[in-house]
Amino acid sequence: MRREKLQLYIIALVLIALGTGLALYKHSELDFPLLPGERQSLWTIEARIDFQAQGKPVTVSLARPGGGNGYQAVQEDYASSGYGFALKEAEGQNRAQWTRRSAEGDQTIYYRLQVGKLDHQPPQTSVATPPALAAVDLDEPVLTAAGAVVAQARRQSADARSQTEQLLQLLNNPAPSQDVQVLQNLSPGPGVDASTVVQLLSLAGIPARVIKGLELEDRRRNQMLVSRIEVFADNQRYYFDPAHSIEGLTENFLIWQRGGVSLLDVTGGQDSQVRFSTLASDTSARSLALRSAKTEQITLIDFSIYSLPVADQNAFKSILLVPIGTLIVVFLRVIVGIRTSGTFMPILMALAFIQTTLLTGLAIFIVVVTIGLWIRSALSNLNLLLVARISSVVIVVIGIMAGLSIISFKLGLEQVLTVTFFPMIILAWTIERMSILWEEEGAREVLAQGSGSLLVATLAYLLMTNNIVEHLTFNFPELLLVILALNLLLGQYTGYRLTELVRFQPLIHQHHRAVAHTGSEQRPNYCDEADSDKPSAQEKQP
Amino acid sequence: MIRFCWPGQLRKAGILGMNERNSWYIGRYNDRRNYPLVDNKLKTKRLAEDAGIAVPELISVVRSQHEINQAAKLLQGLNDFVIKPAQGSGGKGILVIVGRDGDYFVKPSGDRLSLLDIQRDLSNILGGLYSLGGKPDVAMIEARVEFDPVFADYSFEGVPDVRVITFLGYPVMAMLRLATRASDGKANLHQGAVGVGIDLATGKGLQAVQFDTPIEAHPDTGTSFQHLIVPYWDEILHLSAACYEVTELGYMGCDIVLDRDKGPLILEMNARPGLAIQIANGHGLIPRLIQLEQKARSQACVKERVSWAIAQFS
Repeated sequence: MRREKLQLYIIALVLIALGTGLALYKHSELDFPLLPGERQSLWTIEARIDFQAQGKPVTVSLARPGGGNGYQAVQEDYASSGYGFALKEAEGQNRAQWTRRSAEGDQTIYYRLQVGKLDHQPPQTSVATPPALAAVDLDEPVLTAAGAVVAQARRQSADARSQTEQLLQLLNNPAPSQDVQVLQNLSPGPGVDASTVVQLLSLAGIPARVIKGLELEDRRRNQMLVSRIEVFADNQRYYFDPAHSIEGLTENFLIWQRGGVSLLDVTGGQDSQVRFSTLASDTSARSLALRSAKTEQITLIDFSIYSLPVADQNAFKSILLVPIGTLIVVFLRVIVGIRTSGTFMPILMALAFIQTTLLTGLAIFIVVVTIGLWIRSALSNLNLLLVARISSVVIVVIGIMAGLSIISFKLGLEQVLTVTFFPMIILAWTIERMSILWEEEGAREVLAQGSGSLLVATLAYLLMTNNIVEHLTFNFPELLLVILALNLLLGQYTGYRLTELVRFQPLIHQHHRAVAHTGSEQRPNYCDEADSDKPSAQEKQP
Repeated sequence: MIRFCWPGQLRKAGILGMNERNSWYIGRYNDRRNYPLVDNKLKTKRLAEDAGIAVPELISVVRSQHEINQAAKLLQGLNDFVIKPAQGSGGKGILVIVGRDGDYFVKPSGDRLSLLDIQRDLSNILGGLYSLGGKPDVAMIEARVEFDPVFADYSFEGVPDVRVITFLGYPVMAMLRLATRASDGKANLHQGAVGVGIDLATGKGLQAVQFDTPIEAHPDTGTSFQHLIVPYWDEILHLSAACYEVTELGYMGCDIVLDRDKGPLILEMNARPGLAIQIANGHGLIPRLIQLEQKARSQACVKERVSWAIAQFS
């Protein structure tokens, strides 16, 4: 006995370890979220680099986005025939580098990137050591004008952050002062460009730098990187839009490069330019993880239900919930001791409840079974063979369903229309069994088993519709191994059921009574017998 | 308020629980292969008859719908009889007829059934309504036991029977089951029959239980169980012990009825006997079962087993 049990415990332990291990691996390595998250956007960004090669060795170096604002790369793709490719890092900036011994004429290199917000934490804004002040490269009379603007902003502000804000407001004032006009003349476009703003901040003693990035929008082509200013104050970083004096980055801003490094370097070519196009697709965090796992050809994912067509995956979504229901049934029968009508009928009911919602489902079930029992009792006088009777009850059930639907539709109770989700055959069998039970064991047993079934079905429903349970069963099917192990463990439970604690309770309380009046003629004292006779059992063998 | 007790208390009292019964005693000592011998009452009867064990007389077997149509001829000259499914469980589908009233058949309760009602019951049985898993079944018609009037005061209609739990062929615990109004004349504890624990040595009543609750007197007849003694007790013990060789089921319940003329008869055997017998006896099964597991002398004959059980378990 002990060996069998040990064996079972070991098997269960291995299954649990395997199941949770796989799930944790998927979580930590493949970024499958443990909890159901909200849906979010996955962005596909394509950088198209065009240049004229001059027949010399070509090196193309493009800055790659380095994270920040919560975005993370899910997939990168470097489509360019004839070019060698390498990932580099220079001056704290990730770069992609394409190289070729010799090229001539129009060249196009694509860099495709998919990003998503994988973690839900707000982006890190604290910073330990701010960068040094940017060098100021302004000549008179611009320097004087700059000093005046900075001084004015300083007067109107309390700290570095508000000073930046004031400065930007002065620079973007629709009716600019003369000093500002001097500064505006520096930049080719309207307004003051970002690098000038950084220099002005430097004059004010505030460390800052230019960052460039993309405002992600769906279906945009020929996009350019836009500039933002990253300001460091009080060990925090703040972002400002220099053209609109707005603080903060929008949710969709993807930081591409930081500081003064170049976006694109091309040697051995001329007339180079880079253009971006962006495309959004709505997806869950799970499919982000799935996509990144698929591209890395991880076998665990490659040979899983995720390789099935989406429609079949959806079927599995409910199939994978069934073990949860069966586990509930096993638990309630073995540990609690609830009697149900039909072992797994409650699970089918719970599956129907998923379609109908709980209260409607319960009401419909009770109404259909009650009417069914009533009609079934009439059928029992017709002396039918069993199979024919069941099949008649099925028809009766369909009739009841149709009746319920029509009446409720006329009354405007739309929920009742979901009655069709109940499995008719199961309802018919339930009616048949209940009616036999009624005849054989009485209404008491019908009520006991009926309410037992409903209780089990309700509990199963509540678990099966739980968001977290649904998410876990579908995304971590390997947890089935854990459920299997739990089943094995429950299967070898030989202790008392909860209902038995009530059922056998008279025995215990009688034992107490028996001690009180010893020598009662009605009942010999069995209590002592068990203990006193055991040693002598061996000797008394016939 | 619901009264309950702690698992430790039950354990200490040696109460056998459903899970332990299923996984340990039934799972280990009852070979699945032998289940049909007890689940199919026709087989049981044939085996018992061959082994010389007393059973109620089999009148006929109805196997096909065709035979049902000729039920009138089949039942001709029979005034009292019992129809039961060969593979029924829990006393389901058993129809007892105690007499005739013109064209009608009279149930113990006095209800009258037409031939058509009887035929419906027969066709239900053949259709598998009462059998485990709805398998097609056959109906047995057997002689009604003329039950010994000794229990007349203790039983409301119906046939009282004695349930003896045997383990490895040794009688372990016994109880007398008495029909009540609540149980509709059936000796089925689930339906409200009374169970009276019986002292293994003497056949004397110990205490009684209905719906798992101890009672002092029969709820319908009001007779106290204090002076109840089961006659032919020694014979009953021998009969139940002898079933072990027939079925080879280690943990088994034997249902025995007392016929006025023929004495104790084996009515049926059960491979999954219920646990209420412990409440009726005010005693748990486990100490006795463990005692037997440790002792386990398989070669002992029926007589030796019975006398050992009487010596140990009274």
